[in-house]
Amino acid sequence: MAAHLKKRVYEEFSKVVQQQPHEEVPAKKLRLTKPSKSAALHIDLCKATNPTDALQYLLSFARKPVEAESVEGVVRILLEHYYKEVDNSVRLKIASLLGLLSKTPGFSPDCIVDDVISTLSNDKSNQVLAQLLDTLLVIGTQLPENTAVTQRLIEVACKHLNSTYFGVRNKCLQLLGCLGTVDKPLTKESEAGTSIAPLRDVQNLISDYFGDQDPRVRTASIKAMLQLHGRGMKLQQTAYSQACKLLNDDYEQVRSAAVQMVWVLSQLYPESIVPIPSSNEEIRLIDDSFGKICHMVSDGSWMVRVQAAKLLGSMQQVSPHFLEQTLDKKLMSDLRRKRTAHERAKELYASGEFSSGRKWADDAPKEKVDTSGVNLIDSGACGAFVHGLEDEMYEVRIAAVEALCSLAQSSPSFAEKCLDFLVDMFNDEIEEVRLQSIHALRQISTHITLREDQLDTVLAVLEDSSRDIREALHELLCYTNVSTKECIQLALLELLKNLTKYPTDRNSVWKCLKFLGARHPTLVLPSVPELLSTHPYFDTPEPDMDDPAYIAVLVLVFNAAKSCPTMPALFSDHTFRHYAYLRDSLSHLVPHLRLPGRKQTAVLGSELSEVGSGSLESAQQFLQESLVRVSTLQNLDSPGAQDLLDFTIRDLKRLGELQTELAGSADFCATYLHCQLLLMKALQEKLWNMAVPLCLKQNAMASTAAQQILEETYKLEFLYSGLETRQVATIHNVRLQAKALQLILTARTKRGVEPLIGLCEKFLQEVELFQRLFMSELPHFQDSFVEKLLELMPRLVACKPLDLVKILQTTLRQSRFIHLKLPEQIHRASATIIEPTGESDNPLRFTSGLVVALDIDATLEHVQDPQTTVKVQVLYPDGQSHIIHPKPGDFRTPGPGRVRLITQVYLSHSAWTEPCQIEVRLLLAYSSSSSRLAAPKPAWNESTEGLPTSESSVEGTINLSKPVKVFIMPKPARR
Amino acid sequence: MPDIKVTPLGAGQDVGRSCILVSVGGKNIMLDCGMHMGYNDDRRFPDFSYITQNGRLTDFLDCVIISHFHLDHCGALPYMSEMVGYDGPIYMTHPTKAICPILLEDFRKITVDKKGETNFFTSQMIKDCMKKVVPLNLHQTVQVDDELEIKAYYAGHVLGAAMVLIKVGSESVVYTGDYNMTPDRHLGAAWIDKCRPDILISESTYATTIRDSKRCRERDFLKKVHETIERGGKVLIPVFALGRAQELCILLETFWYRMNLKAPIYFSTGLTEKANHYYKLFITWTNQKIRKTFVQRNMFEFKHIKAFDRSYADNPGPMVVFATPGMLHAGQSLQIFKKWAGNEKNMVIMPGYCVQGTVGHKILNGQKKLEMEGRATLEVKLQVEYMSFSAHADAKGIMQLIRMAEPRNMLLVHGEAKKMEFLKDKIEQEFSISCYMPANGETTTVTTNPSVPVDISLNLLKREMALGGPLPDPKKPRTMHGTLIMKDSSLRLVSPEQALKELGLSEHQLRFTCRVHLQDPHSDSDTLSRIYSHLKSVLKGYAVQHLPDGTVMVESIVLKVSSSGEDPNLKVILLSWSYQVNVENFLATVSLFWIRVIMQL
Repeated sequence: MAAHLKKRVYEEFSKVVQQQPHEEVPAKKLRLTKPSKSAALHIDLCKATNPTDALQYLLSFARKPVEAESVEGVVRILLEHYYKEVDNSVRLKIASLLGLLSKTPGFSPDCIVDDVISTLSNDKSNQVLAQLLDTLLVIGTQLPENTAVTQRLIEVACKHLNSTYFGVRNKCLQLLGCLGTVDKPLTKESEAGTSIAPLRDVQNLISDYFGDQDPRVRTASIKAMLQLHGRGMKLQQTAYSQACKLLNDDYEQVRSAAVQMVWVLSQLYPESIVPIPSSNEEIRLIDDSFGKICHMVSDGSWMVRVQAAKLLGSMQQVSPHFLEQTLDKKLMSDLRRKRTAHERAKELYASGEFSSGRKWADDAPKEKVDTSGVNLIDSGACGAFVHGLEDEMYEVRIAAVEALCSLAQSSPSFAEKCLDFLVDMFNDEIEEVRLQSIHALRQISTHITLREDQLDTVLAVLEDSSRDIREALHELLCYTNVSTKECIQLALLELLKNLTKYPTDRNSVWKCLKFLGARHPTLVLPSVPELLSTHPYFDTPEPDMDDPAYIAVLVLVFNAAKSCPTMPALFSDHTFRHYAYLRDSLSHLVPHLRLPGRKQTAVLGSELSEVGSGSLESAQQFLQESLVRVSTLQNLDSPGAQDLLDFTIRDLKRLGELQTELAGSADFCATYLHCQLLLMKALQEKLWNMAVPLCLKQNAMASTAAQQILEETYKLEFLYSGLETRQVATIHNVRLQAKALQLILTARTKRGVEPLIGLCEKFLQEVELFQRLFMSELPHFQDSFVEKLLELMPRLVACKPLDLVKILQTTLRQSRFIHLKLPEQIHRASATIIEPTGESDNPLRFTSGLVVALDIDATLEHVQDPQTTVKVQVLYPDGQSHIIHPKPGDFRTPGPGRVRLITQVYLSHSAWTEPCQIEVRLLLAYSSSSSRLAAPKPAWNESTEGLPTSESSVEGTINLSKPVKVFIMPKPARR
Repeated sequence: MPDIKVTPLGAGQDVGRSCILVSVGGKNIMLDCGMHMGYNDDRRFPDFSYITQNGRLTDFLDCVIISHFHLDHCGALPYMSEMVGYDGPIYMTHPTKAICPILLEDFRKITVDKKGETNFFTSQMIKDCMKKVVPLNLHQTVQVDDELEIKAYYAGHVLGAAMVLIKVGSESVVYTGDYNMTPDRHLGAAWIDKCRPDILISESTYATTIRDSKRCRERDFLKKVHETIERGGKVLIPVFALGRAQELCILLETFWYRMNLKAPIYFSTGLTEKANHYYKLFITWTNQKIRKTFVQRNMFEFKHIKAFDRSYADNPGPMVVFATPGMLHAGQSLQIFKKWAGNEKNMVIMPGYCVQGTVGHKILNGQKKLEMEGRATLEVKLQVEYMSFSAHADAKGIMQLIRMAEPRNMLLVHGEAKKMEFLKDKIEQEFSISCYMPANGETTTVTTNPSVPVDISLNLLKREMALGGPLPDPKKPRTMHGTLIMKDSSLRLVSPEQALKELGLSEHQLRFTCRVHLQDPHSDSDTLSRIYSHLKSVLKGYAVQHLPDGTVMVESIVLKVSSSGEDPNLKVILLSWSYQVNVENFLATVSLFWIRVIMQL
């Protein structure tokens, strides 16, 4: 039973990795000549006796791809059948197939335009007409440069615009939107026979349909306008009033599109002046549209509300007067003006009697409101966000929070105002909303300073049972400014409470206190004696150094002391001792302090890093210079070249350690140079001049070098982000060199030609692939290995394997070293496992054959697309290794470039006699086919059958983190 | 002109005893049938004798619609149906149908068993009454009879509260009942589509109030409870069994869950448990959060909230207790209050309004010593808090609903006259529609402009469309030619030819003729050719023909010349035209004019 269970566990949660050798012979490509599709189709269609059959044939035909060469033939057959067909549904399907076919890459659809247009004028069925127009739309979008076709299509669209069927009108409008141009008026002949006045441009034509009787057509017309805008045409302002009218439409999709339209126009003409109806005043268009969109936040349909709330966030130019109205909802009770709870809280705070509790009817209104002055329904922006934040649907609330956040980022005064509202949202019923509002507050926190009562509300959330919420809040506190010493104490108190309630938050709480201390040194100073519980006369007992709460306090104090030189004077003796200890054990949390009369511990490193931040430019320069120096090495054999490389690599590695900003770039260069160095060593004269049996040792060395270079190149390609095509090409060049080296070594050691044939073929394929992928980069590769290879390509293909090896050998040795050009910013992907810490001596006990869940908590930095690439590897002492794919939901993104992985790994094993350690680490999975330059996906339709699978994809993994050891003990099951 | 009559029997410029009579399109409908909490005599129930002097109501009412289960909206229902006598259908939503009898039974028990009233409805009557109820679903259109149809919309307020659209032909009325435009912890916001009714009858409890954001209130409430619990104090929350109680329970439950609190929360048993059961059942009537999460966990299956037992009140340590009734005037809440009042660590939170004279009202006004029965005094040391959790739409909410529904007239009920006055002005000013606020027994008549549906033949329509112009604009009237046939209460618009065919009539042509005397010495044919050439020169662009049979045709106008018997010089010119199109009329006049001109030559 247990065995069975275990098996299931493995099946479900893990995949046993098989280390496959890279030199796998690729599957031979099959090039079958397919029987002509067109002929088959023709036969099928002729066989069809009734429309249902024909439809079936067409449907099954649509599932298979068609090659570009045979598209034209297929189209002809389809059209032929189309003319004969009487059934609407079959004609409809044929029309849609025509559209699909014209999307086939490599097929130019202009030859079928005429046919489609002529069928269009002959067909009677409205559905078929609509489908044909859709086909034309596809063709039109395929041929954007062909102005003649475009012009014709627009004419066709104009002609069918006054069809009685909504679908046809829809498609015509879509066509106009996708192809029409604003600046050029439509030619006169296109208007002939229609009632539309001549010389009108597409925009006018489309806007005529804003008043169509069918809501779908109205929507389509607005969408067409938006499409025009999306294609970079400048819309005229005349559409504004029309769009505003549509905001009151009965149908939600029309309103939704109209909101977008109004927004687009407001971005185009923010400063133009529009009149306010029923008064003589005029306001800026952006303000007017802002008011109108605000109005839509209380629309009847939640889809519209979401849309409106989202768009509000991007209207930055609106005047502050209007912006502030959005948070104002004039309160009134029994016709007397009432102050909002926020105002009351503020006043209570100002008057010093905070939180006296509220009495019955203490919100009793004071002054009498002038009844005529109260506007119950405001056409303006009044209270839009108050409504949005109170909405029933959480989608609207989230959108409102986001909008509030982005508006507040650009306006400090607004940020101040919306603070209360965001703080209120911390209490929402849906966690997502709470989280979003915490993030929002963090983003605007640079503009604001929290008052004590506000901080109190914020801190109350620290007790939340959701880890995400708490961590988001810690993050927020890191960036918060507070106003008084009491606030700091309050925050510390709450954080300590949090620490006792949820001990797992330790790291995050400490980090939070680090920033809090560094931000408010002057506020921390007066409370230092209290915090450290020192006494002027008496010695107090020394606190326990392992107490997380005490460490938390120390972190706060030390970080404050960094910019407050008077503070260390208040420390007692043991504090200094603790400082030395913490500086060592938690160096990322405790800064270096200049302590009077103390030994400067580890000054060197820290000072360097501090100085380093000022000399970023010089470091950058140093990096460039090293690279230039190395690039002067033309010949690999020149004396001293090796030494120079060695030194440069050493320098760069050190530079990376000292200068965190440049760590990625420096590491990248060092690794690259290391590859070169290895290559250089492997190609040394001695080795190649000797007979093979005499230099077995060197051979072995060279082959390990080749292997190592290959691994390094994969690291270079996939571990670093921010690479440009050029660098990737350079890496591929090195990889090719390594592969060539391998090939040569194989040729030297192996007897016989047979094994070589396959290898050579594969190598040549790779060279071809390189050419395909990096065509544009080739000019930069003068005199390089690849360039030479490509020159020799015709010869290489023709010659025998042994000759090929010889050519390779000479090319390899003659080829020049490529100067590495650095892109702007390179980041190295890295990961740290925070949990498990690997310190525990207590083994994790579980019954063998059953599973145990191990919690893993790790931070990832600069990992692209972590959901698919990051895996967890578990290595058992018996050499078994499992790879586990974490769920996409386990990845959270607390900040840009940073990802947090919190997941559970299921372990299982058969019984052990004593506890033993397993290793857990994170891996970065890569596959060369899924690299950044992967071929585009097949376009025609979803099926991939018949398409060649990506050739020569190499899959593998790179270690991303240091392994962590976990003590486990599977006990034998009791029977 | 047809009109709609609205007469409130209760709730006209008043809160309580909601009962509104509407007659629309010949149908009589009663909206709500509530009791007044302020009275214990006959004024408690609406005056049904207004409808019929004595006798059964069945002949006078087509249906009764109950908006929600509050007693001021349904309290008089058994009295009306069983004691006055009504056998027609009573419409209410499913949750209302489920909860309503519980409340009625409770109400009956208190009045009959406790106060000892006689001549009150019995349990059996409640049961019989409920048998007449037809349940409604949201957005379901129910045909009461061939012409009358009703449709329910979500109203928030309490579980199962609905707004109803009543429609007879093209005339329609919307009655809101009580509604809430801001969602709360367990219910969503009211919503209605753009149905453009002739009258919107809306409640106006908070006609002059614009409320603060609900989040502040919630946060304050939670903070106060939390602080007291942390101090080790006890919190008493007096509530009524249904509605707010559930909202506060959910609020506390989620807070407890979020904050990992351990202090117990109790709910005094009785009605509430039964009611919670229904809240669990009618998940579709609750808000988004509850609806989406009920598969994992039904929010009304409280984890932290347990049933209360009398003995728990003396337990040490912090706790929160919800107890009925809400105004601390009797029952369990008062008993607990007496026990806890002496400790300043404790707190009582009043979540709603308290009527004068109750203990709740006294302590809210700051009274520190209460006289209890038996001359004992009770010192109030515990903290007293007031939090308003009301579920009526405020002035802004009412305006928002009007904007959603776009009614042609507005009628306010269920509110105080003075406040209504203010809102009425506002509505008239903002929407420029007329607004009414009838008092009880006062009838408001609104004339409607019903549209009369006419069938039109497709051919005629197509012909008209082909005549030109862009597609017809639905918002603009357009004239067209046709024949209206009224036959057995159906109206049809057909082309004249078809009408003739259908009615078996032959076509009559109307021709206008006119004789003009002319002194002309020429012969008949000469005169004619002169006229012909003249007309031809003058009327360019029109077809002027000289026919061989001695006539001239200008389009379809015929001219003939004949000389009179006596005087050969006196020519009689005969003009004849058919009455068809204006052009021809005009042409005839023009020809006539020119002939006159010739005459004078």
